[in-house]
Amino acid sequence: MARLFDILGPTMVGPSSSHTAGACRLGHLAQAVLGGRPDRARIGLHGSYAMTGEGHGTKRAIVGGLLGFEPDDPRLRDSFREAEEAGLEFEFEAIDLGDTAHPNSARLEVWRGAASSRIVGSSIGGGRVRLDRIDGFAVAVTGTLPTLVVLADDVPGTIAMITGMLADGGLNLATMRVDRTGRGEQALMTIEADHEIPEPLLAELEAQEWVHWIRMIAAWS
Amino acid sequence: MFRSIADWIELAREEGCSLADAVVRTEGKQTGLDATRIGERIRETLEVMRAAVEEGLASGDTSPTGLTGGRARQLVGEAPGLLGTEFTGLLARAIATLEVNARMGLIAAAPTAGAAGVLPAVLFTLQGPRGWSEEDLLEGMLVAGGVGAVIAERASIAGAGGGCQAETGSAAAMAAAAVTYLEGGTAEQVAHAIAFTLQGMLGLICDPVAGLVEIPCAYRNASAGIQATAAAEMALAGLEFPVPADQVIDVMGEVGRKMDVRYRETALGGLAATPAGQEIARQAGMDQLVQLQRRGSTAGEGSARFGPS
Repeated sequence: MARLFDILGPTMVGPSSSHTAGACRLGHLAQAVLGGRPDRARIGLHGSYAMTGEGHGTKRAIVGGLLGFEPDDPRLRDSFREAEEAGLEFEFEAIDLGDTAHPNSARLEVWRGAASSRIVGSSIGGGRVRLDRIDGFAVAVTGTLPTLVVLADDVPGTIAMITGMLADGGLNLATMRVDRTGRGEQALMTIEADHEIPEPLLAELEAQEWVHWIRMIAAWS
Repeated sequence: MFRSIADWIELAREEGCSLADAVVRTEGKQTGLDATRIGERIRETLEVMRAAVEEGLASGDTSPTGLTGGRARQLVGEAPGLLGTEFTGLLARAIATLEVNARMGLIAAAPTAGAAGVLPAVLFTLQGPRGWSEEDLLEGMLVAGGVGAVIAERASIAGAGGGCQAETGSAAAMAAAAVTYLEGGTAEQVAHAIAFTLQGMLGLICDPVAGLVEIPCAYRNASAGIQATAAAEMALAGLEFPVPADQVIDVMGEVGRKMDVRYRETALGGLAATPAGQEIARQAGMDQLVQLQRRGSTAGEGSARFGPS
């Protein structure tokens, strides 16, 4: 259901809520999943993003998002220069994600030192976005709530353990989603909570031997 | 927020509060934002809206394509003022925001960037003459937000989902409701203002030339502002539209779903596909788009992929 500030806002650099503000948020989510500003990015634009993105500043908005800028940051206009100064190398390509993909979709492959992430996401209207894939795992991350992303071994009891730890911390979970590469391999969990998950709890979770990495994605203001 | 305008009015009646308060209470329950924080964010949004209008009125700068920019200023300076200066000012303010938007300036989407000119133009034009305070404007914004949320729920606020009726139509309905509320209209009159607005915008297609949020968007924002004001005027006079607002919104949703994809923000039909529209797209370097337009751009799957919102 629409929230008040999905309708009144976002405040944003023009010209398009889907092609500029939404594009910026996809870039922003990619750097959040990576765990910080990337030093290299390969960005694939699908459908309308590839077709009419140029006139909407879509490329500049995505690069700005990768630098951590929000949709209302005037630096979006000049993000290519900002990227150069920040040491972010990027390239764009036109891609075809198939007929079932949302017309405003992008695939962002990002690297930061030895770490890398690959996300596929869509801009679904009015500046709202949804990540559909993280490193090949199916997700549905919108950034409207604080979101915890956990890559873990697919061993029994992990979900109960995570939810137990969060419940012990007094946190109420809104949604939870799990996808795995195969039985006994790896599973990616995305958990939306009503509140930010405190640092000590994240540290405790990250220390579990079956956890590969965790990321906390802050909600849009 | 609310599933229907009727539910919203009913809730306000049950709780003995205004339509604006009902929005604050419901938003608080659903998102956890308290009244203070909601008020702060609306003030911030209003500031961005006001700054965009002022910048657009003052500046002669054009967008990268040259299709917009400086027209708002020209309107204020050159228009004959057929219905008085407020009328001219309303048109100019709506265009001003869209001109700033096209230059990658800072705007507040309401409900989208492409329709961002309507609500501020109506509110700021009438604020002085009608003697509304900043607090009044804040309440008007809450009512506008409630209307937009219902439309998003029952129909669509995206041009790709329902054409321009979903964007400037929704924005106009939001503005008409705000004006009617601020002028002391009853909840029923607010609902009639929504119905009066949308009945006149049903079927409006989204056909952005060269796929850009410029032409006809800037001018459609201006005419939507007029439609909103007209609807409020009629509702406040006690005129009643015989089809309830929720049912008019549902018609808008139905028309949007049945609208050919060429007219839903793909830039493959309407004004965008005219010889003049194609020429502008070609000059903007969008050769791929022009090829699709020339192909007659069937309403197939692939054609759904192109356009802004």
